[in-house]
Amino acid sequence: MPLLIPANAPDLPMKHIISLLLENEAGALSRVAGLFSARGYNIESLTVAATEDATLSRMTIVTTGSDDVIEQITKQLNKLVDVVKVVDLSEGEHIERELMLVKVRAAGKDREEMKRMADIFRGRIIDVTDKTYTIELTGTGQKLDAFIEALEEGAVLETVRTGASGIGRGERILRV
Amino acid sequence: MELTGAEITVRCLADEGVEYIFGYPGGAVLHLYDELFKQDRVKHILVRHEQAAVHAADGYARTCHKPGVCLVTSGPGVTNAVTGIATAYMDSIPLVVVTGQVPTHAIGQDAFQEVDTVGITRPCVKHNFLVKDVKDLAVTMKKAFYIATSGRPGPVLVDIPKDVTTARCEYFYPDKVELRSYNPVVKGHSGQIKKALGLLLEAKRPMIYTGGGIVLGDASADLAQLVRALGYPCTNTLMGLGGFPATDPLFMGMLGMHGTYEANMAMQHCDVLLAVGARFDDRVIGNPKHFFQEDRKIIHVDVDPSSISKRVKVDVPIVGDVKEVLGEMNRQLAAGSQKPDAAALKAWWTQIELWKARDCLKYDRTSAIIKPQMVVEKLYEITKGDAFVTSDVGQHQMWAAQFYKFDKPRRWVNSGGLGTMGFGLPAAMGVYLAHPDSQVVCITGEASIQMCIQELSTCKQYRMPIKIVNLNNRYMGMVRQWQEFFHGNRYAESYMDALPDFVKLAESYGHVGMRIEKPEDIEPALKEAFARKDQLVFMDFVTDQTENVFPMVPGGKGLSEMILV
Ligand SMILES: Cc1cc2nc3c(=O)[nH]c(=O)nc-3n(C[C@H](O)[C@H](O)[C@H](O)COP(=O)(O)OP(=O)(O)OC[C@H]3O[C@@H](n4cnc5c(N)ncnc54)[C@H](O)[C@@H]3O)c2cc1C
Ligand SMILES: Cc1ncc(C[n+]2csc(CCOP(=O)(O)OP(=O)(O)O)c2C)c(N)n1
Ligand SMILES: [Mg+2]
Repeated sequence: MPLLIPANAPDLPMKHIISLLLENEAGALSRVAGLFSARGYNIESLTVAATEDATLSRMTIVTTGSDDVIEQITKQLNKLVDVVKVVDLSEGEHIERELMLVKVRAAGKDREEMKRMADIFRGRIIDVTDKTYTIELTGTGQKLDAFIEALEEGAVLETVRTGASGIGRGERILRV
Repeated sequence: MELTGAEITVRCLADEGVEYIFGYPGGAVLHLYDELFKQDRVKHILVRHEQAAVHAADGYARTCHKPGVCLVTSGPGVTNAVTGIATAYMDSIPLVVVTGQVPTHAIGQDAFQEVDTVGITRPCVKHNFLVKDVKDLAVTMKKAFYIATSGRPGPVLVDIPKDVTTARCEYFYPDKVELRSYNPVVKGHSGQIKKALGLLLEAKRPMIYTGGGIVLGDASADLAQLVRALGYPCTNTLMGLGGFPATDPLFMGMLGMHGTYEANMAMQHCDVLLAVGARFDDRVIGNPKHFFQEDRKIIHVDVDPSSISKRVKVDVPIVGDVKEVLGEMNRQLAAGSQKPDAAALKAWWTQIELWKARDCLKYDRTSAIIKPQMVVEKLYEITKGDAFVTSDVGQHQMWAAQFYKFDKPRRWVNSGGLGTMGFGLPAAMGVYLAHPDSQVVCITGEASIQMCIQELSTCKQYRMPIKIVNLNNRYMGMVRQWQEFFHGNRYAESYMDALPDFVKLAESYGHVGMRIEKPEDIEPALKEAFARKDQLVFMDFVTDQTENVFPMVPGGKGLSEMILV
């Protein structure tokens, strides 16, 4: 069910996933990162890599802001000379995925429980020692958070997350 | 035939039609200087500090229709130039800044005179490039000129490592470049323009507020046509002065922190506001919350989408070039039959006349001590309103803006966005080179002028007969005024102690110096100065130390909450 927002609701900060295509050139990343810090915009995560077209990079930025702030962010990004295209994926249907590697304590009686938990979240155990498992998990940021929360306190030894990548659903395509 | 990177750079400048390059040599740019030496298409102007090179190129760009170009060496050359670059960036001035860099193999090694130029300047340029391969050099230069001058103009920097200036390749300078990631919108949406015109014609209390975009976009004739066809009041920002003729009866004066009472009141109380090439700066609308206590519809025309709805929400956004959009408005207005609401307009002008009657710019004309306003008024009379006027930053800047009535665009040259003291004199040098047969005046203060005073030497070398009007109040007047109003008269460090004798100083640089202490001497002194056509004259006016700039909208206050004299 869609959330009903009263017409006079204040312009609240919301999470947005912004996708960009930018020239695959030295310095392009620092222009984007510099823009966010210079203008005080928040970055939750930022991922970038080359695309099938080697001259282009694709970047996904997860940020939060009120509608006004998000409007300025997309305009300011568009203004960067290296940026070819910008879309706010959150404006339409989209898919979001993030990869997490998590090293957990897996000794004695915890070992079985840990494997079960990984299975429930469709994680894969990709490295094993006597005392630890390293689990690979993909999903939305929320799912990864949920996994961490589901584990017993003290079970997590180390986590590393890639930040979200996003893509439009169906025929929605971002290309030059 | 293969050319060196240095030859290519200089050839690019010449082929781009660059007349002057303002610069200062150093190790990383020696090959470039060597090539400049061997040719005579591009004239080099040697400044005395890199900040001045950029301000001079900036003053040149502001008053003619070409970008300004400068050349500085790596490291300290670049860091000295940063203030100039940021000044141009804030006011959207097209510049191409060529900087030397350490050789590519030395980059990142903390080499002698190495700084991360692209990193340091990134937040204050429209774009910048580091050229690592000589084969990219010519096309990068073309891109730099294209980006600097198109869309919302701005400074573009090209950083060239020393080994790239000696590497060789074939020279080819493209006529134009296309960038898939950069396509400024020029033509405004005609549906939006129609909507805007509809709103404007229904207005009961209309107001037209225009800024630097009119000047930058060369649209003052189109603006005048629209304003006069509608018969609506028009105000300009500090950057927009001259965009609409100041002597036109529809002109309301400047608005904002030191704008006129009538302009600010009309801005606050209008019901439809047309904003063109202006960016709702905090010095212009005061506290946005207070601004929105009144209900009004806002139409905003700007070539940069990010200027629209940045500080205030607008009802009809129009992204496009001012000249295109105003041209289309004029066409639609002429083609339609609807006319402004004459009765409502009459009532609105009656109100405005009442505000005007407040005479907000009055000052004591009988004072025995020189009032700075009077100096500017006399300057206006003696130059017949036709001089190019540069200014520094402070009270004198505001008096220049209030009392010199600019009827033409590109006559008023000042640092509005960054507010850079030291801008006035070097900017005047660039203006002079762009307009060697015109009167060029720099209105300054005893604090500001000392920030680039060394340029008196450049003025001597190139025989630049600039007239310097120093409104010497022995204070950082603008700072003192804030301290008087908001800090209990505690004049912390705002007194300019140990001032030089400006007359002797000017003379020591080989110029003419004059000190003027009495109001009755203002006019003869100005006349004498302008009669010295071939000489730089430094006029040191000893002015009233206690004079303040009125009206004033204090920080955080609303536009209609002015302090009046
Ligand atoms: C001491 C001091 C006091 C000041 N007091 C005042 C004051 O009282 N009043 C005041 O107005 N200012 C004042 N200023 C200046 C102020 O800080 C701003 O610099 C100024 O108000 C900005 O002017 P602007 O809105 O015209 O914008 P500009 O900085 O001139 O920007 C131009 C706008 O036009 C757009 N544009 C450019 N080219 C085109 C084109 N071809 N087509 C369409 N759009 C285009 C740009 O995108 C931009 O949005 C003061 C500055 C100082 C230092
Ligand atoms: C480089 C720089 N430093 C500091 C300031 C802050 N500032 C603004 S106006 C001003 C005083 C200017 O004094 P003066 O040039 O004598 O002009 P006046 O206000 O007295 O006319 C100062 C210090 C500035 N604008 N620029
Ligand atoms: Mg002073």
